[in-house]
Amino acid sequence: MDQEQPPPITKPSRFKRAADVWGRVRRHPPTVIGLAIVVFFLLMAVFGPVIAPYKFSDQIATARLQGPSWEHWFGTDQFGRDVMSRLLWGARDIFLVAGFGTALAVLAGATLGLISGYAGRWVDEGVMRFLDVLLSLPPLLLAMVLLGSVGPSRFNIIIVVGVLYVPMVARVVRSVVLDIKTREFVEAAKLRGERGSYIMSREILPNALPALAVESSMRFSYAIFLVASLGFLGLGVQPPAPDWGLMVNEARSWFDQAPWMLFFPAGAIAFLIVGVGFLSDGMRRILWPTGVSE
Amino acid sequence: MSTRIDPEISPDAGLAAADQAVLEIEDVDIVYRTSGGPLHTVRDVSLRIARGESYGLVGESGSGKTTLARGAVRFLPSNGSVTKGRVRLSGTDLLGASQNEMRKLWGARIGMVHQDPSAAVNPAMRVGNQLDEMGRTHLGMSKAQARVKSLEMLNRVGMPDPEAVVERYAHQLSGGMLQRVLIASALTTDPELLIMDEPTTALDVTTEAVILDLVQELLGSVRHAVLFITHNLGVVARVCDTVGVMYAGEVVEEGPVKTVFKQPLHPYTVGLLGAVPRLTAGKADLELVAIPGFIPRPDALPPGCIFAPRCPMVIDECRAARPQLVDVGPGQRSSCIRWVDVPEEAERPRPVRDTSGESFSGYGRELLEVRDLKKYFKGRGAGKGRSAAVKAVDGISARVTEGFTLGIVGESGCGKTTFIRCVSGLEEPTAGEVLLQGNKLAPSVTDRPYDALKKIQMVFQNPDVSLNPQRTVGDIIARPVQQLGAVPKAEVPQRVAELLQAVHLPQAYAARLPQELSGGEKQRVAIARAFAAEPALVICDEPISSLDVSVQASLLNLLAELQRSAGTSYVFVSHDLAAVRHISDWIAVVYLGRLWEVGPTARIFEPPLHPYTEALLSAIPIADPEIERERVRLTGSVPSAVNIPSGCRFHTRCPRKIGDICEREEPPWRDGKKDHSICCHIPLAELAASQRHALDGMYGSADAVGSAAPAPADTGVGDAEGSSTGSDTGAEVGPDTGAEAGSGRGGS
Amino acid sequence: MLRYLLRRLGLIILTVLAASLIIFAITQFLPGDVARLIVGQFATEQAVENVRVELGLDKPIHIQYLNWLGGFVTGDWGQSLTSRVPVRPLVFDRLWNSSWLAFLALLFYVPLGIFLGVLAALRRDKPSDSVITAFGMTFAGIPEFVTGLVLISVFAFGFKWLPANSSIAPGATFWEALPQLILPAITVSLVSLGYITRMTRASTVKVMDADYTRAAYLKGLPRYQVLLKHVLRNSLLPTVTVIFMGIGWLIGGLIVTEQVFGYPGLGRLIVGAVQKQDLPLIQASSMVVVTVFAISNLIADLLYVVLNPRIRLQ
Ligand code: SF4
Ligand code: SF4
Repeated sequence: MDQEQPPPITKPSRFKRAADVWGRVRRHPPTVIGLAIVVFFLLMAVFGPVIAPYKFSDQIATARLQGPSWEHWFGTDQFGRDVMSRLLWGARDIFLVAGFGTALAVLAGATLGLISGYAGRWVDEGVMRFLDVLLSLPPLLLAMVLLGSVGPSRFNIIIVVGVLYVPMVARVVRSVVLDIKTREFVEAAKLRGERGSYIMSREILPNALPALAVESSMRFSYAIFLVASLGFLGLGVQPPAPDWGLMVNEARSWFDQAPWMLFFPAGAIAFLIVGVGFLSDGMRRILWPTGVSE
Repeated sequence: MSTRIDPEISPDAGLAAADQAVLEIEDVDIVYRTSGGPLHTVRDVSLRIARGESYGLVGESGSGKTTLARGAVRFLPSNGSVTKGRVRLSGTDLLGASQNEMRKLWGARIGMVHQDPSAAVNPAMRVGNQLDEMGRTHLGMSKAQARVKSLEMLNRVGMPDPEAVVERYAHQLSGGMLQRVLIASALTTDPELLIMDEPTTALDVTTEAVILDLVQELLGSVRHAVLFITHNLGVVARVCDTVGVMYAGEVVEEGPVKTVFKQPLHPYTVGLLGAVPRLTAGKADLELVAIPGFIPRPDALPPGCIFAPRCPMVIDECRAARPQLVDVGPGQRSSCIRWVDVPEEAERPRPVRDTSGESFSGYGRELLEVRDLKKYFKGRGAGKGRSAAVKAVDGISARVTEGFTLGIVGESGCGKTTFIRCVSGLEEPTAGEVLLQGNKLAPSVTDRPYDALKKIQMVFQNPDVSLNPQRTVGDIIARPVQQLGAVPKAEVPQRVAELLQAVHLPQAYAARLPQELSGGEKQRVAIARAFAAEPALVICDEPISSLDVSVQASLLNLLAELQRSAGTSYVFVSHDLAAVRHISDWIAVVYLGRLWEVGPTARIFEPPLHPYTEALLSAIPIADPEIERERVRLTGSVPSAVNIPSGCRFHTRCPRKIGDICEREEPPWRDGKKDHSICCHIPLAELAASQRHALDGMYGSADAVGSAAPAPADTGVGDAEGSSTGSDTGAEVGPDTGAEAGSGRGGS
Repeated sequence: MLRYLLRRLGLIILTVLAASLIIFAITQFLPGDVARLIVGQFATEQAVENVRVELGLDKPIHIQYLNWLGGFVTGDWGQSLTSRVPVRPLVFDRLWNSSWLAFLALLFYVPLGIFLGVLAALRRDKPSDSVITAFGMTFAGIPEFVTGLVLISVFAFGFKWLPANSSIAPGATFWEALPQLILPAITVSLVSLGYITRMTRASTVKVMDADYTRAAYLKGLPRYQVLLKHVLRNSLLPTVTVIFMGIGWLIGGLIVTEQVFGYPGLGRLIVGAVQKQDLPLIQASSMVVVTVFAISNLIADLLYVVLNPRIRLQ
């Protein structure tokens, strides 16, 4: 409403701006919850294998399908493996696989989106049509078929997650670039003869970062979702890896006798995804309040 | 009579007669709860509007005028509330009413007309159905009855072909038509109070004029009380009886329009009136009165008088206690404790620049020449329909000489912005060439050498998006210095400091981010950036139109000052004739991608005028209620640039059209006195004769703040014009159609 | 309008063609020799070669692609490698089953999602909005296999109200199958429910902030009238698109859910086919899914145009 707002009284520093952001996070409980959950699981991923009482593949023949106890907090599975230890080990797995997959998608997608949006014309047309084709395949289906063909190694899963999410990231970045590109500071840069690479990297990209950050966090939550679902379908990481989705899948056959085998990994997956989702939503509110949702 | 003064209910009587009051606002405070604490946006405001009175509430952005109106009718956002005071509508207490009771008042007894008509009409519902809602909800009508009523209302607001209009959707109607629809809707129930919130701000000046005519006419015939909110003093002068001036949430002066405009008794009102560029004087004649500083935020109000930090008359007492509104004349009230001294202060001679023979020595060397430039865009929505070309610019030629300003005026969509974007190379022209000091420039900015780039820089319209929000002010200015300025790296900070000083910004601002600046300050940074590499030509694309009046004035002054010291040429593009008049030496008038009139500034403002220029001039609301003017109005809206009318492109709207010839043949260029040319079928002498009275009042009024003496039409030779005697100087503009038009002028 | 329709149709066909190329390309990486798989491990080299020629596998790759595509278009979808039955009836049978599940889910989550989204928007920033939004986000984040297993343990194992296994008998009528459909339908709905709720809320909030909504309130119209005539008419427009675009998610959800409940749908068929590397089955069912998805996108586009006067009347 008011364009002619006078400047703030104090001179804000970057530190103060960080403090501002934290102040806004704090006032929004879901974001705080999300942040807490993500930090919790992140610590688990970093230190899990160190603090885990057993190795993920240790089989204790004498303790199969045991319920939660002091010995095995989350019980044991059909091979006598400690469920909690497997969860702790698996945290690192899911962060690495989903994280690298997301990173790949974000890097490639942002680059494509940036170039496509900035160059416009036939470059844009070509890139977008290609991505449209990728988008015409439902993600899980594409992931399944791809993994079925190339084999479900960790590396392949990362690649598949990356390929799958490149179009979404590219589209978001492109739309932001299309918006920023017409801003007058970009035109001013052109008028002083800046190269395309400078304009893209120094004028446009910094302004697209908030949107990219929000998009990345959201992609990350979808990536966990996808990796877990693939694990559950038996198309993800293969046994005996402590993949959470895989653990749920294996636990189904023992549900009558050992429901804990199922509940703990299933709960971990749900908590992690929901936590990342809440955090991502909070980031959207703070970093990119004008952005269209999804 | 341009202002409606009802003999029975004069504004004075309206103010005095309390029993007549329709809307009474007493001591109202409005507070917004925000994350940073409560904001007292409106404080202690009282006003009263009588039946038949039209009350104009003026103020700049952030003054709280809209908040006040919304608060009075209980339509604030959920975090806002009226915390104090009383509001009554013909005796009904509005603040105590329940939401349900209010809903029965809205529409029925309180009508509202909103700022942006294209946003205020539901896009998914036929216009007629939206109109019918009024009759059906408030008048208990059946569907058929309501439709009859709606058609009747549309007729009353002068809507052409109402039967067709009711079947349309919003996107099928122009802004002016939509505003008619909204006015019709508000008047359906014959409400006691009509609130108009900036009803013409979103419209083009010619449309604005037509809507204001309508408002004036309706106000003359209906007994509503009207609250008219605007930032434009000219509009108030045209349609209001009483004016209240709001500043930072308080009313600082109030009174009958005629009195207040003639003798304002608050320094802020004086400042506002002085900040408006006149149609009578240019930059060489006088500086505009700029109000320094900015409106304080409601959470950081100064002690005592809220205007004290910006007031030229401030004394110690002002800061001691908050002054109250006191009666200072018949119906007039001011909150300035020195109101007695205000007239004297206002009469103080304004800085009149002595420009005789100053600095114009290099004048005449040609800098830029544009030859027959055309820019066609492919039709929008590729695939839908045939791809017809949008002829945004269809053959414009122009010249700019050193140290000289070419002003380009026209309404939105006339092609003026496309034209300068082609000149700067941001857009590649379809045809035509741009020459800089005789050298042909590459069409695209990416192909131009640094040397050429350095010479042409731009200042953009919207300062909010013209600075990279991630860079500090220092960086923003330093980059072009490095890139184009050929300044050794070590000296860059020095140069940045000089530039900041040149645009009157404190050195400390170098460390700030754009979001920490006000709009006017941002635009100063943008100007510093444009001047960083000492350009020869700065193209200004509506550089002031998104800013408040008082800020506009200071920016126009700054631009004039920089031009004097650096000898830079400008191409100044604006829809605002007064601003263009103020800063330009030559003016070109654009309509539908072509030029229609060019000439030295003073010539543009006296007969003979091109019929389009005449209409533009006549449309400008002048901030002087005493002025009576002949009305020249344009009907309809600008035709699409896809289907350009045959013959004279202006013939579909031209009030002086002389017949078939206008539709058949392209009009010739006719040369008048001193490089003045007009493209029209009517001979200039004839035009001049019929326009003898067209501009009466524009020049001849008692100027409220004592601006420079008006220039009589026959002797009106400004400095700029005086020195531009050679036919080669200035922006020579020739039509693309060739010989017969260009004949009279040499040197092309 | 007709031009537009034809253009969209052409674009969709192109997209499906391109997708078929991708599917074909990917499946070329499948390990194992199809011909060898068909004739069995102990057949002679000659027999394998014969089958290869018979299937056209000796031809250059682009000919193989064209042959396969031609076969798909003309209805010759080949035989399943593992179960040795013709692929086409099998896929259609399962598609039919999946459609029932999808239909039931849509019936559940679309109205509910819209309702909750509008409700949250109306109560913006009030506790009920926060609760709905938080639940929506939570639902959208819990994978179907988790939801499904929780529902099974509560309603099938706990209360014993509904069956845990939904492997409906062939030829069962809808009413017979209904109890077995309920849990999977809910399972597959929740993610989309969260999504629809959220998107509806967002678009409704935006419309409620629009000038024309304010104008409608200030006309003194009753609240319900503002809501129905001015707000919903505009805010549900994007929701329609969202619903159809969300079909991609729904398909993913179906794949997982059918696995959880052992439901004989297309998703389960694909999972099995991928696990067993049954090439013709993978190709055919993927193509069917892609086509369904493409059609739903087409419908989304068309509905948007039909419902939006701004585009319709251009
Ligand atoms: S009271 Fe003082 S500071 Fe305020 S307007 Fe009057 S002279 Fe200026
Ligand atoms: S040529 Fe005719 S239509 Fe055009 S401006 Fe002159 S009088 Fe008007």
